[in-house]
Amino acid sequence: MRDFGYLAAPDVATAVREIRPGAKFLGGGTNLVDLMREGIETPDTVIDISRLPLTGVDELADGTIRIGALVRNSDLAAHPVIRARFPVLAQAVLSGASGQLRNMATVGGNLLQRTRCPYFYDGTLPCNKREPGSGCAAVCGFNRMHAILGASEHCIATHPSDLCVALAALDAVVEVESVRGVRRIPLPEFHRLPGDTPHVETALEPDELVTAVEVPPAPVAANSRYRKVRDRASYAFALVSVAAALRVTDGRVAAVRLALGGVAARPWRASEAERVLAGAPATEARFRRAADAELAAATSRRDNGFKIELAARTITATLVLLATEENTEENTEENAR
Amino acid sequence: MVEVRLNLNGTAAVVDVEPRVSLLDALRERLELTGTKKGCNQGACGACTVLADGRRIVSCLALAVQYDGREITTIEGVSHPLQRAFARHDGFQCGYCTSGQICSAIGMLAEHKEGTASAVTEHVEESPELTEDEIRERMSGNLCRCGAYNGIVDAIDEVAHGGTRDEVPAT
Repeated sequence: MRDFGYLAAPDVATAVREIRPGAKFLGGGTNLVDLMREGIETPDTVIDISRLPLTGVDELADGTIRIGALVRNSDLAAHPVIRARFPVLAQAVLSGASGQLRNMATVGGNLLQRTRCPYFYDGTLPCNKREPGSGCAAVCGFNRMHAILGASEHCIATHPSDLCVALAALDAVVEVESVRGVRRIPLPEFHRLPGDTPHVETALEPDELVTAVEVPPAPVAANSRYRKVRDRASYAFALVSVAAALRVTDGRVAAVRLALGGVAARPWRASEAERVLAGAPATEARFRRAADAELAAATSRRDNGFKIELAARTITATLVLLATEENTEENTEENAR
Repeated sequence: MVEVRLNLNGTAAVVDVEPRVSLLDALRERLELTGTKKGCNQGACGACTVLADGRRIVSCLALAVQYDGREITTIEGVSHPLQRAFARHDGFQCGYCTSGQICSAIGMLAEHKEGTASAVTEHVEESPELTEDEIRERMSGNLCRCGAYNGIVDAIDEVAHGGTRDEVPAT
């Protein structure tokens, strides 16, 4: 690993004052240290933010949950309010990485993790993310893991996060800070689609620090699920994942949230499917129709065509499960009365 | 060089390292505690698992400077029923992953005791029993290329449930 200067930031003000081109913020280290060892990231200075007081999970007056950027993944998943009101969020965190990594990795770092496209990691092959203008080895390479939505000829990488898929479904907002002040970015706008600048991955300016993520109240999320389909039963990135929340009233969809992972360069909020579902009968056929509507724009490469059908089935199955569970809960409540 | 002070297995330790030195390399190459193993060196295999303030982490992705002032426990500082249970249940073959497996299992048992859920917990708001499925899911960050997983799970299961219920009686 290339040597670098090291500064342990005592407070946010120092961190954002000291950041400059060539420097990187270091949180839990689970992604950045790996990328530095591989020579993909080569900062000349590392600003260690891991001791900043951004570790709270707090409920604001309006019911919004404010999650500090340095909350460890495991602490977020273990938080009683998250587990009770936003099960999809706790499940998404728990389905990612391993117990050890979740004890280290932070919420802010999760947002900013880089793709696991193998061509991005292989310094001997072209990659427009790693070396803008060099080309994309994945377009004509082994691309079974790659994007089916929002990709371009310049990049077909996916965003690897599970947490972000749940956050996208929950209308989360990212708070960022720099010497110029504080800014709030809705999560679906935080990550960018590749277009012809796949190296520009987020809406974050180079001098901005992620300080918190806010999740607004969402009663529908009490009945929510994260379902992840992958090659191994545990400790693998998603082929396709679904974050969903559903409320059914009188057999019709009263509220629904849907987002997909493993399919695009950003967590994919399935707005088209949500539109088809609004007020519609809560039936398997309608769930499938909504999934197909969302995936109508999907395109595949040589190896990843299976993801389109897999995504449609996973969306449908997750919504069927939520509709069933909700009915069961309603019946239980009625029986209890 | 940066001075890093650790409470290492209950003893004060001081080491001067470049900021790029991992906690794993500081432990093995500078502090001569080679019980912690280097497997993949990219956070995928779990062989380098140690406990930081009682929580399991992979020391290969931890820069030593980030752990200044912390309490680090390596396999050299462990005296736990899991060790005998691993031997009893053949929870290893070559043994290279074992120190990481045991440190990870100690951290995992503490996490479970705190009531945490896992990816296989049906209702995430509940604190599940530590079934075999739960053990396998919670230990998925520790690979064993000899494939001693059944013995590893049996050893952890035995200790988690406070006994030697699967032990074959001595003849």
